Amino acid sequence: MINFGYKISTPRSIDMDSADSRLYCQLVEAVPSYRYCIGCGGCTATCSAGQFTDFNIRKAHFLFSRRQYDKLASDTFTDTDLNKCMLCGKCSLVCPRGVNTRGLILQMRKLLLK
Amino acid sequence: MKKIAILGAGPAGIEAAAVLAANNCPVTLFEKEAQPLCNITDKAFLFPNFADANEVAASLRAKLDNPNITLRCSTEVTQLTPSYIAGFQEESLTGTPVWKVNEELYDIVLLATGYTPFDAHRKEELGYGIYPGVHTSLEMEKMIKEGNIVNSLGEKPKRIVFLQCVGSRDEKSGNHYCSKLCCVTAVKQAIEVKKQLPDCEAYVFYMDLRMWGQGFEEMYRTAQQEYGVSFVRGRISEAGGTFDGRVQIKAEDTLLGRPLKMTSDLLVLMVGMEASKGTRELATQCRICGEYGFAQSKDPHLHDCQSEAPGLFVAGACKRPMTLTDSVNDGRSAAYEILTSL
Ligand code: SF4
Ligand code: SF4
Ligand code: SF4
Repeated sequence: MINFGYKISTPRSIDMDSADSRLYCQLVEAVPSYRYCIGCGGCTATCSAGQFTDFNIRKAHFLFSRRQYDKLASDTFTDTDLNKCMLCGKCSLVCPRGVNTRGLILQMRKLLLK
Repeated sequence: MKKIAILGAGPAGIEAAAVLAANNCPVTLFEKEAQPLCNITDKAFLFPNFADANEVAASLRAKLDNPNITLRCSTEVTQLTPSYIAGFQEESLTGTPVWKVNEELYDIVLLATGYTPFDAHRKEELGYGIYPGVHTSLEMEKMIKEGNIVNSLGEKPKRIVFLQCVGSRDEKSGNHYCSKLCCVTAVKQAIEVKKQLPDCEAYVFYMDLRMWGQGFEEMYRTAQQEYGVSFVRGRISEAGGTFDGRVQIKAEDTLLGRPLKMTSDLLVLMVGMEASKGTRELATQCRICGEYGFAQSKDPHLHDCQSEAPGLFVAGACKRPMTLTDSVNDGRSAAYEILTSL
């Protein structure tokens, strides 16, 4: 086949209508404080892993809340690859809303690896 | 005895009338509607404590029960002219300006003509008046008050989206200012929706959440914590109707930097506050019309209830968006300014 150089672009848009909310609901149930996040980014600012890699914890759990689970898989090598977290817990210390961020990561890993 | 007219029987006008009456000053209170306090009685519950709006209105209305107060409902004031502009001769009798309110003369006038909600038709891209699933916050409040929250098909909605800053903070609407109340009102309404329909999803799309008042931030937290209301930082750019009477919205989830779309049974537009027709017209007639058609006080710090026009005082949301609490306090302040001026 001749390669004409065309490709099909996948839409970047988050489609909340086709989203699967089951994992999200399970995460909220396991870590209720997940709901209180106000997106301030304090967790990302203090994150030990974020100082040395492009890991962004706030973005990671925001993606989860918009049901974009595939972006969090461990083989993506993206800035939301949950395996980059060292579970040091600093993020939980700074959160102004008392979100159990460390617990959140543990649960996200558990749910996504299932 | 000086004759005092108060224009507008809202919270500011009523509170001012009550204070003046308690100080033995007869006042005439003009109201264009058939009933006073229409902007409160159309609400279900009031932030931040979910007080019953009818009860609060009744307590305010009870203050009118004073022989010094003459309430004239269904009386729209369309003419407000001071003698120094119109040059009529009555001024010469006392040496101080007099005011013509419609055809009657008064020595002192308090402008408390309030606000009007932004007309959502002006934001055509949001589909108000075009798609049946798009409502204003006032229509949502009515549904909450009647305990009858339904989508355009008359069914219980599964998802409701609230959009902040409609007609405020928007150059396209000609209003650069923040209306101050819509953020907390959306949170209040989202909580009410979840109380009445626990299985309905509620999303609030915001540019900034301005939870400035006592108890507001706590309400925001309660909405997340106890009612599971979701907040998305991003402004909805357009809404379209679906074949089944729902609404599809487009926004950016700015915290993820990605476009987002979602279909909702209802889209609730949190309309801002604009100067009412009465405020615009009367403030213009007596030359105290400021930005956006609101009445301009003499000085925003120390003389906020006075105006540049002698004998003319200003109180409440005719000056800028104001909460009920602030309007009541402002009406009271204006009354004391009037008493001091006598
Ligand atoms: S627990 Fe993970 S996400 Fe939190 S600060 Fe440590 S490395 Fe970062
Ligand atoms: S610090 Fe807390 S509130 Fe701020 S983004 Fe992180 S989890 Fe959310
Ligand atoms: S109070 Fe909130 S919704 Fe209303 S104009 Fe201000 S920022 Fe926008």
